Amino acid sequence: MGYSLNPDQTAELLNRLAEDYRIYAPKRFPKQGRYSDTDIIRYDRIQTPDEIVWDQKSDYPAKEVISPIQQALFYFTEDEYRESKKAKKPVLLLARPCDITAQLVQEKIYAENGGFKDLYYDRVHNKVKFAVMDCGGGDDTCFCVSMGSNKPENYSLAFKFDENGLKAEVSDDCFADYFDGMPEDDFTPEFVEENELKVTIPDLSDRDVRLALKSHPMWKEFDKRCISCGSCTVACSTCTCFTTRDICYGDNPEVGERRRVTASCQVAGFDQMAGQREIRSTAGDRMRYKILHKFHDHKARFGDRHMCVGCGRCTHMCPEFISISATVNKMADAVDEIKASLADGGNHVE
Amino acid sequence: MSNNNPLQPIPCEILNVKKESTHEWTFRVASDADVDHGQFMQLSIPKVGEVPISVSGQGDGWLDFTIRSVGKVTNVIFEKEAGDTLFLRGPYGHGWPVDEFKGKHLVVITGGTGLAPVRSMVNLCADNPKTVKDLTLISGFKNEDGIVFQNELDKWKEHDHFSTTYALDNDEKEGWSTGLVTTFVKDIPFDTFGDDYAVVVVGPPIMMKFTGLELLKNGVPEEKIWMSFERKMSCAIGKCGHCRIDETYVCLDGPVFPYTKARYLVD
Repeated sequence: MGYSLNPDQTAELLNRLAEDYRIYAPKRFPKQGRYSDTDIIRYDRIQTPDEIVWDQKSDYPAKEVISPIQQALFYFTEDEYRESKKAKKPVLLLARPCDITAQLVQEKIYAENGGFKDLYYDRVHNKVKFAVMDCGGGDDTCFCVSMGSNKPENYSLAFKFDENGLKAEVSDDCFADYFDGMPEDDFTPEFVEENELKVTIPDLSDRDVRLALKSHPMWKEFDKRCISCGSCTVACSTCTCFTTRDICYGDNPEVGERRRVTASCQVAGFDQMAGQREIRSTAGDRMRYKILHKFHDHKARFGDRHMCVGCGRCTHMCPEFISISATVNKMADAVDEIKASLADGGNHVE
Repeated sequence: MSNNNPLQPIPCEILNVKKESTHEWTFRVASDADVDHGQFMQLSIPKVGEVPISVSGQGDGWLDFTIRSVGKVTNVIFEKEAGDTLFLRGPYGHGWPVDEFKGKHLVVITGGTGLAPVRSMVNLCADNPKTVKDLTLISGFKNEDGIVFQNELDKWKEHDHFSTTYALDNDEKEGWSTGLVTTFVKDIPFDTFGDDYAVVVVGPPIMMKFTGLELLKNGVPEEKIWMSFERKMSCAIGKCGHCRIDETYVCLDGPVFPYTKARYLVD
């Protein structure tokens, strides 16, 4: 069922939804950007329609609502401890198609990998309903069509905001009542069919090709360009890695918590064990590890899709202007070169 | 507290602490956890942190953990004594395929504290002589200070079906050899084993790498070799990502790997 709402009706709809849901959407935080006088757009709880940034890509992904950058796992008092509490009210998350598709990756890892279900992910994820927000085609860093993440399947509502209000489609009946008395209209969501940017993902199924790629000189370029800051990971729609960190409160060593904090394989120390040397000690090694995970390893393990939705946020956030799409295309060239060389008798570039 | 939280640690009492060397102590902890030889657990001290440690021994109602004091958490564990509490969860991962080793000639090559993850399996073979045909043990240590499980090393030497070589990397010690473990691989009588043997290698990454290559050089096929890996971990349940190598999670798929896989894992 489709609807067309004017601004007042849109506000009324959000009021009704807010009775039962905590509503999260991309929101502007003025003057909090990386450079002077720039804003940041990230997902946060909203109350009114004018808080929703619908005409611009958010700097940070929607995953933060479900797996926040930092959260308490346990609270400790001396040797006693208790689990952190969960929020009771369900969440309505207004997210872009790429963000919703990215949840399929999060689910694989947090809910399925190894047969362990992560409680902290599961207890939030179970309470989230998605409203897919129309995406006008993104920007020049987007390549969702190449990654097959332009048409999400799991959403309850579809929203298209414009200056005149909101067009909406209800695909999950549990939301029908909230639209009682709202003007009906023909509306079906449209998804991006083509991006300006296209990415070729090389076939890495051959072990010898992969091994040769790992020692290919293309990664050395990043020793100079990448500063291992981890901005790309924090901006990534799919990255799931974290570190467990215990802390004490203030000056009392008997009270504290065990926390989960987002971790990046791009930051020094990610693989370093106590008393041992770092395994991937150069920016190039770390970049190679990330790119192969995103465009080979994840899919090799789980079979369904790559660990990238082509949202381009990492490219946006990189202070060194490293483009993930350019990197993948470069890798595709390196793979062609390696394959030609292996076919030619194995004299590949070392 | 939810009963479905895999990260929930269980408080367990430390039964005793045995000082193997200056920096390597074995903590015996009260636990009824059912552990396979070669599996590991997550040990923690609330407000300090959590670390993955292999189970180095097990018995009725207790588990041994041989720990090196090299980091924030292990240093605090070293302040603990009998009667104190350690928090445990696990066991995790895949241990040694003991059933596959049964009835064969077993070769065990260890470097340093790499002896810990094989100790309970070696004791199983020592206490039940019919478990394997015979056991060739090559254990190397950096120097005399680094020797762990001295009593057991002495005890194993006495078993008829055990053939032991103990070595220090550079130093001399009575009754011991001098040299890296790789130098003793050529002395293993593989030709008398026929096809009926398995080789287990555990130690620092560089030691495992070169021991693997040395074994291949001596005609051991890669499918007869097994290794146990050690990587940084936060969760041990395949979520945190720290231990991932390619599409493999060391916490879930390891820490014990057949060399057919281990050989091609590139961090």
